[in-house]
Amino acid sequence: MKLPVRLSDLPKGATAVVEHVHDAHVSDPIAQRLRDLGFVDGEPVRVVAIGPLGADPLLIQIGSTRFALRRSEAARVTVRQEAA
Amino acid sequence: MSAATVRIALVGNPNCGKTALFNLLTGGRQKVANYAGVTIERKEGRFVAPSGRTLQILDLPGTYSFDANSPDEQITRDVLEGNYPGEAAPDLIVCVADATNLRLHLRFVLEVKRLGRPVVLALNMMDAARRRNVVIDVPELQRRLGMPVVETIAVKRDGAQALIERVDGEIPEGATAVVDDAISRADLHAQVRDILGATVSMPRQTAAMDDALDRWALHPVFGLAILAVVMFLVFQAVYSIGKPMTDAIGDGFGWMGEHVSTLLPPGPLQSLITDGLFGGLGTVIGFLPEILVLFFFILALEESGYLPRAAFLLDRLMMSVGLTGRSFIPLLSSFACAIPGIMGTRSIQDPRDRLATILVAPLMTCSARLPVYALLIGAFIPMHHVLGIFNLQGLVLFALYAAGILGAMGVGWVIKRIHRDKSEHALLMELPSYRMPKPRDIVIGLWERSTIFLKRLTGVILALTVLMWFISTFPSPPAGAIGPAIDYSFAGYLGRGLQYIFAPLGFNWQISLSLIPAFAARETAVAALATVYAVGGDAGTGGLAHALTANFSLPSALSLLVWFAFAPQCMSTLAVIRRETNSWRNVTISFSYMFAVAYVASLLTYQIARLLT
Repeated sequence: MKLPVRLSDLPKGATAVVEHVHDAHVSDPIAQRLRDLGFVDGEPVRVVAIGPLGADPLLIQIGSTRFALRRSEAARVTVRQEAA
Repeated sequence: MSAATVRIALVGNPNCGKTALFNLLTGGRQKVANYAGVTIERKEGRFVAPSGRTLQILDLPGTYSFDANSPDEQITRDVLEGNYPGEAAPDLIVCVADATNLRLHLRFVLEVKRLGRPVVLALNMMDAARRRNVVIDVPELQRRLGMPVVETIAVKRDGAQALIERVDGEIPEGATAVVDDAISRADLHAQVRDILGATVSMPRQTAAMDDALDRWALHPVFGLAILAVVMFLVFQAVYSIGKPMTDAIGDGFGWMGEHVSTLLPPGPLQSLITDGLFGGLGTVIGFLPEILVLFFFILALEESGYLPRAAFLLDRLMMSVGLTGRSFIPLLSSFACAIPGIMGTRSIQDPRDRLATILVAPLMTCSARLPVYALLIGAFIPMHHVLGIFNLQGLVLFALYAAGILGAMGVGWVIKRIHRDKSEHALLMELPSYRMPKPRDIVIGLWERSTIFLKRLTGVILALTVLMWFISTFPSPPAGAIGPAIDYSFAGYLGRGLQYIFAPLGFNWQISLSLIPAFAARETAVAALATVYAVGGDAGTGGLAHALTANFSLPSALSLLVWFAFAPQCMSTLAVIRRETNSWRNVTISFSYMFAVAYVASLLTYQIARLLT
């Protein structure tokens, strides 16, 4: 098992498992929304695509759902990558 | 429970098919499409169930959770709990979930269950789930959730049969209400995982088709190229498919007008009928095919699921001009009409992003501008071929659309400069599965649009045309007057008064005058010009296009096109801005900035074109 990294640091096509979502500030609604959408401990995620301009936003698949997240949003999610 | 009416509320995550189910149950024709946030208002419908009871169905906007931080989710929650003013709590909640996406949707089902009210779960899109070999153990799911579960296919005629039978039966007991707090919310996901593990088997997480299409559609290079080609083809098609039909309709009405006029005695009535009705309205109705071609493509794109992809590709670009990827869909619908576009901005959570989108939405070329553009382009721009494949008229039309888009980007950028704030704006947008557009939905959409157009035509546009005819005909010139009669009419005086403002833009008094009815409905400018020139006797036999080329120059025509691209128009749009933002200040800002931009841009166009020609 590798060290935890931010979801925004993963390359295209990478898979990982969510560790937690941290609040960027007190009662951060974006972080709460991410948790509601299923970014919780143990959920597998995959970086499906990366936006064409400035490599932003990221398209993240979690379960059967694909969400477009901006880098700043994805940076709130800490993930661990399983050892290859 | 044997009350005559049972009140049922449909809730669920965005884009799970609530409105499609609503339409299927009530025979309604509410708009459905394939992206999150199509339904922005509560809709109500009713039908009589086999038992003879009336079922009243409430369709609510989709929501991911009942997070109290988000005002619209709070409203949905209040409605369900009966805390919403003027709205009794529903007798039964039908929670709709996409059977192919239960990991996300079941969490919300559990949240609804915790309200402690009677709930039935409708597993929708069962057809897509079967195609993808998703197997759901419904009895076990029902047992674990502690609520009745039925399967539905909202896009099939009898797809809601099981649901109707269930809601027509006895109302189930609600679970015990649970207090909402962060800890118990976090626990919901674990519950969902347990339930899914025991009841659902899914060979693969996503549809293979989606993965294959997205590889191209979201590719950094090909994705943008595909988007550009799609957009360009749509606007070329509007011209190359719609135009021949428009010409045929225009010719037909001209022919009818001539025949009718021979039946009537010469005089004001003959002039009203031939000039005003056949000339004016006939010209406007001719543009229906072009509007329908445009709508056909917008509806097909909306249904396909491609639009959120386009929003994904353009998010960064739109962010750099103070908008968001989420602005893309409201702005694209503004090409049809700014009013649904502005209302569609409700799906943008961030207030600043939303206001910016509302302020630039009227710059998108709405379909009411098409008649004006098509008339002027047809009259003034030669039908050259450029590079063998494009025609010059199509290119000019494309340039006008582009001018609106670039203008919107410029305005967005300025708003961003003025309105500096460091707070963060979220995107967090779900990309739905691709879907083949349903011909029935497209036909309904086109039918609705035609009805709206014809209502406008026989309502406000007809009334204004008759009014224009009246003020162009009366009062009659005094005895012994030299000069054309129309110069002595109300229209003549009014137009010449307005010309003081618009002469620098190259507008003659007839054009200046036509801008007034255009403020009520843009297409009326065409009918008004037709009427004024016909009454003035300048129209001759060549129709309106001929009258225009005979009466004004190319620089004036270009300037008028530019004016229509930017001008603050259509009272209804301003009224919607007032309603959606609840502020006259925003209406004033929007009116004044568009007037200023239109005036300066037309002035420059006219003066530069005059130097060059």
